[in-house]
Amino acid sequence: MKRRSQTLVFENRPKLIAGMSVVGKKEGDGPLGKYFDRIEDDPKMGKNTFEKGETAMLTEAVEGAAAKAGLKISDIGALFAGDLLNQLVSSSYAARDLPVPYFGLYSACSTMTEAVALAAACVNAGYYETAACATGSHFATAERQYRFPLEYGCQRPPYAQWTVTAAGCGIISADGDGPAVTHAAIGRVVDYGITDANNMGAAMAVAAMDTAIAVFVDTETSPEDYDAIFTGDLGRVGSEIMRDLCREKGAELGQRYSDCGEMMFSAKQKCYSGGSGAGCSASVLNSFILGKMNAREYDRVLLLATGALMSPTTSFQGESIPSVCHGIILENDL
Amino acid sequence: MTDNAERNARYGKYVEWISPKTDYTHSLVKAFVAGGLTCVTGEIARNLLGMIPGVTDEQAAVFASVLLVVAAIFMTGLGVYDAIARHGGAGSFLPITGFANAMSSAAMEFRAEGLITGTAVKMFSVVGPVVVNGVVWSAAAGVLRYIVALIWGTI
Repeated sequence: MKRRSQTLVFENRPKLIAGMSVVGKKEGDGPLGKYFDRIEDDPKMGKNTFEKGETAMLTEAVEGAAAKAGLKISDIGALFAGDLLNQLVSSSYAARDLPVPYFGLYSACSTMTEAVALAAACVNAGYYETAACATGSHFATAERQYRFPLEYGCQRPPYAQWTVTAAGCGIISADGDGPAVTHAAIGRVVDYGITDANNMGAAMAVAAMDTAIAVFVDTETSPEDYDAIFTGDLGRVGSEIMRDLCREKGAELGQRYSDCGEMMFSAKQKCYSGGSGAGCSASVLNSFILGKMNAREYDRVLLLATGALMSPTTSFQGESIPSVCHGIILENDL
Repeated sequence: MTDNAERNARYGKYVEWISPKTDYTHSLVKAFVAGGLTCVTGEIARNLLGMIPGVTDEQAAVFASVLLVVAAIFMTGLGVYDAIARHGGAGSFLPITGFANAMSSAAMEFRAEGLITGTAVKMFSVVGPVVVNGVVWSAAAGVLRYIVALIWGTI
């Protein structure tokens, strides 16, 4: 029997024709600042709560991406969106104002690649002409839900991560200009028994390794076949672990590998191990990665977004942190 | 399952090895300075207030505490307390000011959910354990004192 493949192949090569990223001030001050489409100084986006601000960021990302693609919102076949809040409120409330069929997805910080995988599959199959994939996260809303009040004075270990305030949206279309989504690898849920919710990089690195190896085996490629390999939000500690784990499996990631969360902030910004959150891979994919691909600096990219699938309740109950990683391969037409 | 347990144990050890550690000497010094400064400020306030004619030392101590609490809440509102606490650590959350910060930050955080359903309900979300422990252990101490007094025959 043939080995079951985790990797979907999209023969019709659906394209990522446009992307839009909206980030907060701190992210805009980071090393990637010049790549982002819009930097918002006000974390509430002129609204009265942070939740409304996060929703507004997502709406802005979807509308911006549609405009860049030259589409009216009502032309988009479906919106695949998700965020980190309970009951997916940010995405659903953003979708409330958008006249588009809506898939609400939750895969924690790996929601962006899950959305791209599903959207590309639907477009590849011909169900939709175009589909939008959007995710976002917000430092203030995530802190409230997962940790402590914002102004509460507490210390975190040096390996903790900083939830990014960012949203990103990409438009997948059956034809058009832009890199093609050629493969999507759907990850398994992996748990190596990490219980420290501050050390999500360590919990998620094993999922990233699991999916990365699956991609290399399924597509018969090795890290050298990619111009760049990105993980979503493992942070400095997690990406170091990722390198070690892959090396142990015989895959040397080398210089082509970087982590979106680690790239997001400079060491000066005191964000411990780096950025995290669903908006991390979403904003980097739709600005930095898409830009570099359109400029032909990269022709083949593997993006592995990882998600930690715990909740504060399970953490307090002593459960370990299961995690998942979905990968997508983007390729320029040669 | 057994090899998973072994794998997880091995991974846990590796993660502990690779993750950067908190620099305890550094943290202890900063906590000592932050906690010490808070206490010195309190002492100064107490002594100054005690100089006011008609104010007893006991009253001065109460006023000094109130002053510290108000200052901490004010700093929380301005958004500087958490920045100090990031360095101060235990030095800033153990004194009375830490309690004030924990309560006022929760009160602010949940204000958007309404004064009663938000602020009033969730104000104790962080300090709840402190209050519960305070009540439980002081009750336990009271009982212990009572039993000891019964045995020794004096109160």
